[in-house]
Amino acid sequence: MNNKRFAGILRALAPLLALVILIVVMTLITPEFATVNNSMNVLRQTAVNGFLAAGMLLTLITAGIDLSVGTNAILSAAAMAFLMVAFGITNPFVLLLMALVTGTVVGFVNGVLLTKLQLPHPFVSTLGMKYVLAGLALFILATRTVSGFPEGVTALGSADLLKGGGFNGFPVSFIAMLVLFVIIHFLLNRTALGRSIYAVGGNPEATRLSGINTDRVLIFVYSAAGFCAALAGIVIVGRSGVANPSAGMSGNYETDAIAACIIGGASFTGGKGTIWGTLIGALMISVIRNGLTLMNAQSDVQFMVIGAVIIIAVAIDVRRNASEEKRRRLAMA
Amino acid sequence: MGPIVELKGVTKKFPGVVAMREMGIQIEPGEVHGLIGENGAGKSTLIKVLTGVYQPEEGEIYVQGERQKFHNPQDAQDAGIACVYQELNIIKQLSLTDNIFLNQTIKNNVGLLDYKTMHARATEVLDSMGIKVDVTKQAGLFGMGVLQMVEIAKALLRDAKLIIMDEPTSSLGESEVDQLMRVVRDLRERGVAILFVSHKLEELFELCDRVTVMRDGEHILTEPIETMDNDKLIRAMVGRSVDKQFPKHVGQPGEVALRFDNVTSVGTIKNVSFEARYGEILGFAGLVGAGRTETMRAIFGDLPIDRGTVYLDGKPVKVRTPRDAVSKGIAFVTEDRKGQGLVLNQSIADNLIMSSYKTVAPGGWLQPAKVKEVSDRNIQSLRIKTPDARNLVGKLSGGNQQKVVIGKWMNSASNIFIFDEPTRGIDVGAKVEVYNIMNDLVSQGKCVIMVSSELPEVLGMSDRVIVMRGGEVMAEINRDEPDFNEDDIMKAAWGERKEQ
Repeated sequence: MNNKRFAGILRALAPLLALVILIVVMTLITPEFATVNNSMNVLRQTAVNGFLAAGMLLTLITAGIDLSVGTNAILSAAAMAFLMVAFGITNPFVLLLMALVTGTVVGFVNGVLLTKLQLPHPFVSTLGMKYVLAGLALFILATRTVSGFPEGVTALGSADLLKGGGFNGFPVSFIAMLVLFVIIHFLLNRTALGRSIYAVGGNPEATRLSGINTDRVLIFVYSAAGFCAALAGIVIVGRSGVANPSAGMSGNYETDAIAACIIGGASFTGGKGTIWGTLIGALMISVIRNGLTLMNAQSDVQFMVIGAVIIIAVAIDVRRNASEEKRRRLAMA
Repeated sequence: MGPIVELKGVTKKFPGVVAMREMGIQIEPGEVHGLIGENGAGKSTLIKVLTGVYQPEEGEIYVQGERQKFHNPQDAQDAGIACVYQELNIIKQLSLTDNIFLNQTIKNNVGLLDYKTMHARATEVLDSMGIKVDVTKQAGLFGMGVLQMVEIAKALLRDAKLIIMDEPTSSLGESEVDQLMRVVRDLRERGVAILFVSHKLEELFELCDRVTVMRDGEHILTEPIETMDNDKLIRAMVGRSVDKQFPKHVGQPGEVALRFDNVTSVGTIKNVSFEARYGEILGFAGLVGAGRTETMRAIFGDLPIDRGTVYLDGKPVKVRTPRDAVSKGIAFVTEDRKGQGLVLNQSIADNLIMSSYKTVAPGGWLQPAKVKEVSDRNIQSLRIKTPDARNLVGKLSGGNQQKVVIGKWMNSASNIFIFDEPTRGIDVGAKVEVYNIMNDLVSQGKCVIMVSSELPEVLGMSDRVIVMRGGEVMAEINRDEPDFNEDDIMKAAWGERKEQ
């Protein structure tokens, strides 16, 4: 019994263990990697993907997907730039609100398309939405890159705490991301809505017949994914100082976010995944990118390594489930 | 000439159940052989043994006098046994030819598909059955009648000697039934044997040469159809006594909880009227497809009601969605436990609280202490065998899973409990526990409605029984009436309307 519990804990910590091993390996190869300032860099580089992956996770748990989170982030950033360019508004609160509303409304539309129009799978509707949003961002800014955001807007992506004395500071973006993760943790585990999200992913029919409004749950999930995307968009603006409307189609935003969730134990079949697993997944991706950059490896190598990690992570997960299944069968016989 | 197919002492077991015991049957060439029995009598098991889906533990199968062992469906096909299932094996996107030659394509010299020959042969076979269609058209464009013919054509092209037809008329219109009958008679002339499984006695009398009755997994009789009549067949199907496996407490019926007044949902149920009272178990009997589950779905807001009125506690109401039903105090233990009752990849506790967030999550915030209290209480009172409520519900046995579904609804503060096939696929011990739960609910003054295809269960547990057929109520029988017996219920279920 105790052994079983120990094994359970070990299993839960396995991804964390993998992350630790990865960090140790990176440190051994490039001593630079383990410096305090570089660690902060890794965290800084994790934030955008973390925000996007948080929203992606919610959709994956419902057995869905949101392929529009990246272009939604860029559109949310472009919406702020549009207010500045077209109306000369520079009040940071108004701009931030604009971004959050834009992202959330897009997510809401995704949810409505899925539930009310009954499109077969959100893969289709959000794929379409990805292109629409990319075009919309280019359209409202007439394809121009806009700079000159007020500090109130850029702070989320660029500010650092406790800076000074050779220390580059602790990135606010990562702290904000952690706060969001804690909120999502509570949402998923401590609210009726959160449990409904898992239930919808596991068996929508049984959930509906239990008296839960599954449409409402799904619309919430996609709206929340849109909200998270908007936060990512704000961080992108802060880090780069500009809103570049063409960034949506050139980045790997969606695939990075999916990768973080999948490495962290989420599954396309739904009903599975935790926010802490996603955090580890997102950190792993940044560690690999950062470490390989320090080793002067170009993006070609980085892509291949990340790809291999995704496949290995899922393969291990599948093997583990299969062996658990086998053990259970043997125990019953 | 000997029988085409012969079974001797064939037994098929599953863990804890004998699905078919020492079954024997002989099917002659050029014979239409009827097969009937109640739901769960072992007909499907027999079909699956004949088609190589199941491998029996004991007994022998002979095809044209030669002993055969079917390791898989392919073996049975090779031996000349084909089956037209109720759910046709048709791929709607492909042409009729593609469907007919699926798995046995004809190729030309260079290894490409020889459509010219295949179209010609497909047309030829269908022609010989009197079906004139363009075989190059997509299967999805045709109705069930034609598609069934395509399935039969498939069997003929494989040179089948025995064609099993499982409830072939259940999805056909009248003219299509006539066509099928004609084709079946024609096949008989050609010397093909037909095993005709049906719920409709009149069809058996019209079509069959001999009939075999099964009950409880056993062979009861095989007789020429001329020597049988309705009464004899029904008695052979049900003839058994209800023993003490039903711990029935006779209820003290109170006020009317639910009333259906001439409720119609077009295409499923028609002018259904009944009353269900607090403090009683109202049973729904009938054959599969009689409209019982649909009636339950109508109660639960999961089937649109086109005409008629539903009353809850004497007041007319409209229940629009399952969510609406739950808030009005209706609980629905669904027939399909895994598909509709449970979220298998979530924990036992998560499943138990799904219909009672109002109590365990006031204001939307889950109270872990309350969740634990509720789930521990369920596990104890329902005797769900698990060390921990956090285990996945998918890992439980069927009986324990069913208890979780019931537990979910007991937590929902409902007053009307619908149980649809509550003991399907669970072992005898767990069945008794489910019956006891129903008794408890009744003694608490709840209204219990039970749909069951097992007549002994209906008779054993109900205070009153509604018999349905073809979406309509055929009879309503009280526990103390002389008609409260298997024969009379079966007669009603088979279409003899009771004088009211």
